[in-house]
Amino acid sequence: MYPCLPEEGDRKGRGAVNSSSEKQQILISGVGGQGILFITRLLAEAAIYKGLPVLTAETHGMAQRGGIVMSHLKVGGFSSPLIRPGKADVLLLLHEENLKGHLYYLAHGGIVIANSVLRPDGTEAAKVISIDAASLAKKIQQPKSANLILTGFALSSLSRIGNRPYCSPADIRAVLCQKMAGRDKILRASLDAFDLGMLRGQEAKI
Amino acid sequence: MIGNEAMARGLVENGCSMALSYPGTPASEILPGVVKWKTELSLPIHIQWAINEKIAFEIAYAGSIAGLRTVVSMKQVGLNVASDPLMSAAYMGSKGGFIVISADDPGPHSSQTEQDSRLMAMFAKVPVLDPASPEQAKEFVGLAYKLSEAFEVPVMLRPTTRVCHGGQDVELKDVKPSDRAAAFKRDPARWAATPKFRYLLHSKLNEKLSAIAANEDTKPRLLNPDTVSSTAVITSGVAVAHTQEIMADLGLLNSVALYQVSQPFPLHSAFIEEILGKYERILVIEESAPVIEMQIADRHKVKGRLNGAIPAAGELLPEVIEGILSKFCAISQPELNIPTTVGRKPSLCAGCPHRASFFAIKRAVPGAIYTSDIGCYTLGLNLGAIDTALCMGASISQAAGFYQAFKLSGKDTDIVATIGDSTFFHAGVPALIDAVVQDARFVLVVLDNSTTAMTGNQPTPATGIDACGNPRASISIEGLVKSCGVKFCRVGDPYNMPRFTKLLKSAHRHSLEKGLAVVISRRPCLVDKRVKEVKRERIDVAVSSACDGCSYCIKQFECPAIEFDQAGKRARINQLMCSGCGICIHVCPKKAIEKVEVQ
Ligand code: SF4
Ligand code: SF4
Repeated sequence: MYPCLPEEGDRKGRGAVNSSSEKQQILISGVGGQGILFITRLLAEAAIYKGLPVLTAETHGMAQRGGIVMSHLKVGGFSSPLIRPGKADVLLLLHEENLKGHLYYLAHGGIVIANSVLRPDGTEAAKVISIDAASLAKKIQQPKSANLILTGFALSSLSRIGNRPYCSPADIRAVLCQKMAGRDKILRASLDAFDLGMLRGQEAKI
Repeated sequence: MIGNEAMARGLVENGCSMALSYPGTPASEILPGVVKWKTELSLPIHIQWAINEKIAFEIAYAGSIAGLRTVVSMKQVGLNVASDPLMSAAYMGSKGGFIVISADDPGPHSSQTEQDSRLMAMFAKVPVLDPASPEQAKEFVGLAYKLSEAFEVPVMLRPTTRVCHGGQDVELKDVKPSDRAAAFKRDPARWAATPKFRYLLHSKLNEKLSAIAANEDTKPRLLNPDTVSSTAVITSGVAVAHTQEIMADLGLLNSVALYQVSQPFPLHSAFIEEILGKYERILVIEESAPVIEMQIADRHKVKGRLNGAIPAAGELLPEVIEGILSKFCAISQPELNIPTTVGRKPSLCAGCPHRASFFAIKRAVPGAIYTSDIGCYTLGLNLGAIDTALCMGASISQAAGFYQAFKLSGKDTDIVATIGDSTFFHAGVPALIDAVVQDARFVLVVLDNSTTAMTGNQPTPATGIDACGNPRASISIEGLVKSCGVKFCRVGDPYNMPRFTKLLKSAHRHSLEKGLAVVISRRPCLVDKRVKEVKRERIDVAVSSACDGCSYCIKQFECPAIEFDQAGKRARINQLMCSGCGICIHVCPKKAIEKVEVQ
C-alpha cells in the first residue's frame, strides 16, 4: 500500500460544512481524450470526501471523439448542475484554444488556470496562471497525465492568491488512494504527476 | 454518481429482475450500472444488451407479464424503434412493475433529434415521470415501480442528458433482491387481444389514466409553500433545478410560486383547476415539447412554448431560463455576450480503421453516392465519404432507394453504403434481404470493428460475450450476409490499404455487372479495452522533405495526428497523438510520408 491516507479525524462529516466560502463553481474545459471526465470525478469525490454537496455535468458521446469537452463542477448548496455565464470562479483550461469559446463563463474576478506555454491570447481581462502541463507530462514519461499536473498546480496556486479551493491537495491525494486502491503502479504515477503540478504551483510566479 | 448510475442503483434497490437495453447516448451507462451491482452483490438479475430497442422492450415486457419487475432503457430515438410494442403494451398493461427509461437529449448533444419522449408517452397513453436530478431519478425508479404495479400499466421514466450525465452525491438505500418467481396466467383476451377486446382494453386504459391523474405520490409539488403570489412558474425535469437556483439568485422565490411537476402526463386534473383558479399569470418551463402546457386547456393565463415565451428549439440552458424568467417577471438583465466561435469538430481517432475504410472507398469508387448510418463512423463526414445519414439501418435502404430511382430514370450511378457492425445487426439485416430480393445493385461495406464503439464499446451479437462479460454464442456477419442471398461477400483489412482498395474495386465491378456486393472491413476499434491486449506492430511515420505542403493528407484523410506546420509550410506528424497505424504512408500523393525507425 502506498501510504497517503490522512488520519481518520481529518474527515468531516457529510453536510457538516456549508459556508458560502465553500460554494464554488469550476468549469473544466478541454478536448476528447485529455481525461476531463477523470478530473471532474476526482474533484467531485474530493467534495464528497469533505462532506460537501456537489453537482457535476459531463460531456459524453460524439464529442468525446476529439471534440470539445466541458465539465461543470458546482460545490456547495446549488440545485442546477450547469454553471451560468459569468458565474465560474475558476476555469480549468486543458486545451488553450477553448479559451475564446469558454471565457464568458468566468465570473468577474475569476481565475483561469491554463495548460499553456505562455499566457493564452485573449485573457487580458482575467487573471491567468499558466503551466506547460503537456510538456511536463511528456518529461515524466506520462503523456496522459497533464490533467493531474494541472489539477495539482491549480490547487496550490489558488490557495496562494487567497482563492482557497474547497479541497486541499491532501484531500485529492486521499481520494486518489481510495480510487486506485490495489493498483499501486497507476496510483504512484498519478500521485507523482499530481505532486509535480502541486510543487510547480507553490513556486509559480503569480 | 451520475444519473445513469443512480437509476441503476434505484433498480437494484427496488428488486428489478430483468434489465434490457440497446446502447445509445445519453442512456448507455444505465445497464453497466446494473451489471456492477449484480456482480458486486451477486444479485439474480437477467441483464442483456439486446439487438435493438424493439426486441429489448419485448423481452422486458414479457418478464413483466410473468410478474417480475423489469426495465428497458434506451435513448429517445431508440424509443421510435420500440414504439410498436409500446403502443400495444399500454393497452394490455403490465403485471410486475415495468419501467421504460427513454433518455432525451435536448440540444441535441449526441442525437439525430430533440424529440420529447413524454409526447410519446402521451401518444401511447402511459404515465411518464420527469426527474430533475440524479438523486430524483433514483427515487423515481421506486415511484415508477409502485405506480406501474398499482395500475398495471407500463411507466415511462424520462431523464434528459443533464440528468443522465449530471453527477451528484447520492444516498444509497438497502438493496432488496427480488424473491418473486415467474408465473404466467393464461388470459388470451388480454395478452392476445383481437380488435374487439382492444376496444375494451382501451376503455380500461382511459380509466386507469383518470385515476393516475389523481395519484397522490406523483402530484405536482409547490417548492416554496410559504410564498403568497398571483404568479406561478411551473417546471419539470432538469429545468426545475435550473429555475430554482435562478429564482433564488434573482430574489423571486418569495414573490413567485414555483411548482415541480414530476408526472407531466397525465397532468393531475385537480392541479390544473387549482392553478387556473389561484394564479393570474402562469409560466410553463419544460423540455422539449409543450406537454404540460398543452394539458392546461384554458390558455388565457398561460405562457410557454405555444406562445413563443420559450424558444421552440434547443436546450433550455440556465442562461436561457434566466432570460425567460427576467422577461416574465419584468426584471432587467444585462445583455449576455456569448461568443459563437465554432469549436473543434469531433473526429475519428488517430489510426481509426474507419478512416482507412473511408479513404479506400473514396479511392476505389470516387464520386459515388455514399449512404451511411449512425455511429462513430458518421464522422466519415469529415473525409467527404458520407452523403447521407438518416437513422439506424437506413444506409442500406437508402442505397436501394437511390438505385431504384436512378434505374427508373435510365441513369447509371455508383452507390456505396457504409454501416457499422452493431447497426447492421440492429436494423440492417431486413434492409439487406429486401435489397437482394429487389436486385438493388450497390456496394455495401460493413465496418466491422467488433464493438458498439460510439456509446462505450458494448458487445455486438458477433462479439460472443454478454453484458456481464460471460461467453455467449457469436453470430458470424459473413454467414448472415451470405444467407441473405448475397453472392459477393468478402472480408478485408482496411489497414492493408492497397489490397483493401483492390477488393473494393472488384466489389464495385460485381455490383455493376451482377448484383449487390458486400465487403466486410474488419479491424477492431482502437479504444476497445477488450482488444487492446492484442499486440500490433507499430509503424512509426515521419514527413520527409518531399512534402510540398499541398495539404492533401489533411483535407482528404484528416487524421488528427497530421498537422500543418505553418513555419515549415508542410505537414508534420504529432507523435503524441499518432497511433502508428501507418495508413498515411499510402495517402500522400508525393510519397512524402515514410516509415521510419525509432530507437
Ligand atoms: S505529406 Fe503529402 S499530402 Fe501531406 S501536405 Fe505533404 S505533400 Fe501534401
Ligand atoms: S500513422 Fe499516420 S494515419 Fe496512422 S495515426 Fe499516425 S499519423 Fe495518423
